[in-house]
Amino acid sequence: MTAPPPIAMLAELTHRCPLACPYCSNPTDLLTRDHELDTETWADVFRQAAEMGVLQLHISGGEPASRPDLVELTQAAAEAGLYTNLITSGVGLTPKRLDALEQVGLDHIQLSLQGTTADLADWIGGYKGGFDRKMKVATEIKNRGIPLTLNAVMHRHNLDDLERTIEMAVDLGARRLEVACVQFHGWAETNRDQLLPTLEQTKEAKRIVSEAENRLRGTMAFDFVPPDYYSDFPKACMGGWGSTGLNVTPDGTVLPCHAAESIPHLKFDNVRDRTLSEIWYKSEAFNAYRGTDWLPDPCQSCDRKEIDFGGCRCQALALVGDASATDPVCHKSPHHQKVVQALEAAMNTPEQDLVYRKLPTVSKQVV
Amino acid sequence: MTLKLLAGDRPFLPRGVRIIDDRVRGGKVLLAPEKAVALDAIGEAILSRVDGETRFDALIADLAATYDAPAEQITGDVQTFLVGLRARMFLAVHA
Ligand code: SF4
Ligand code: SF4
Repeated sequence: MTAPPPIAMLAELTHRCPLACPYCSNPTDLLTRDHELDTETWADVFRQAAEMGVLQLHISGGEPASRPDLVELTQAAAEAGLYTNLITSGVGLTPKRLDALEQVGLDHIQLSLQGTTADLADWIGGYKGGFDRKMKVATEIKNRGIPLTLNAVMHRHNLDDLERTIEMAVDLGARRLEVACVQFHGWAETNRDQLLPTLEQTKEAKRIVSEAENRLRGTMAFDFVPPDYYSDFPKACMGGWGSTGLNVTPDGTVLPCHAAESIPHLKFDNVRDRTLSEIWYKSEAFNAYRGTDWLPDPCQSCDRKEIDFGGCRCQALALVGDASATDPVCHKSPHHQKVVQALEAAMNTPEQDLVYRKLPTVSKQVV
Repeated sequence: MTLKLLAGDRPFLPRGVRIIDDRVRGGKVLLAPEKAVALDAIGEAILSRVDGETRFDALIADLAATYDAPAEQITGDVQTFLVGLRARMFLAVHA
């Protein structure tokens, strides 16, 4: 099959981050600074992406502000014609840097929110003082009028604060609030038993979001990612594998989704060796789960297969041990019991300490 | 709240929302925070008249004249399109 050109690219500039969120979507095997692509290579990747048809660039990490060349990189992306979205915890964004980013044409900021109070947020983020710094940055963003989305990452420990989260987002002048319940990849998988919300919390969150959505029409838009363990059907991960977006890791590895490296039998190409276009159209990893021909039953004969493409490959691997299985979140999956059991186990696990993400102390060998 | 535009409202694209030529796929695209919307001919015709100066009633009159269609008939379609954008915060109005 011929793939359409990609629309969006997630550029993980670095895995470094002052925070240590226990649900961080970065892999548990974090890359250290010495593995990161240099400024020129990133700029070239941005130009290649724009030429291929990418319209939206999500500048992420780790914490992208940990890169001293963030302004230069944003400028290169804007000059390539990309819509630039900075995904940040806010730590490291000084007023001076915000000025510079605005000047080179940064379009939008997505600011993450760990919690609504310093106590909660700094505990979750594993970084004391982080909340206060974030609030200062949020005010600086608001004063400049930079379009802002607040990304509230929700789980068992902060879902009960949803009403307050919504109020805060309005006060901070966010145009959009993403209520993103944790997805269980990377570090979140490690902490799953402590992070999975209860069924009551999930129902309550749906009610609160839909009420707030009505009440705040014209003031703030919502995007809600419910915890998929409680859904009947899976999410269409990335809108279908290799169909709309791609992800470049700090060392230049190109992935169909941010968690794809968890699939051990796939080989992922690197922008240091091949062009982005070759990787998108021709590489084995991008073609592995494109379209619907590869889908197993029950998906093959299901009328939702063009809607969710059988769900998330990484979730199928994590829970079923087979990346080409039907996402077990689906109630039609022969392995749906795995999700039911995981929920039960999580609800019965006593409270334990969270495992915070951290970089390896010894740098990984370059292979 | 209803987000329907009043006759005197002057719609505009807020900061962070813009229309570009899609060099690869052709046509025009509305770019907004974390969203790209390919515009069809009608969407393009409407948004090309959204400039923060033109009133909603004048915009409708202009479209009616250009496409030789009765204003009452197109008002509904244009409202639906613009209200959808307003709900996503991709469009704002000067009252
Ligand atoms: S999720 Fe937390 S730890 Fe991971 S990059 Fe974002 S702010 Fe840093
Ligand atoms: S059976 Fe497959 S295609 Fe059908 S809803 Fe479940 S995951 Fe989606």
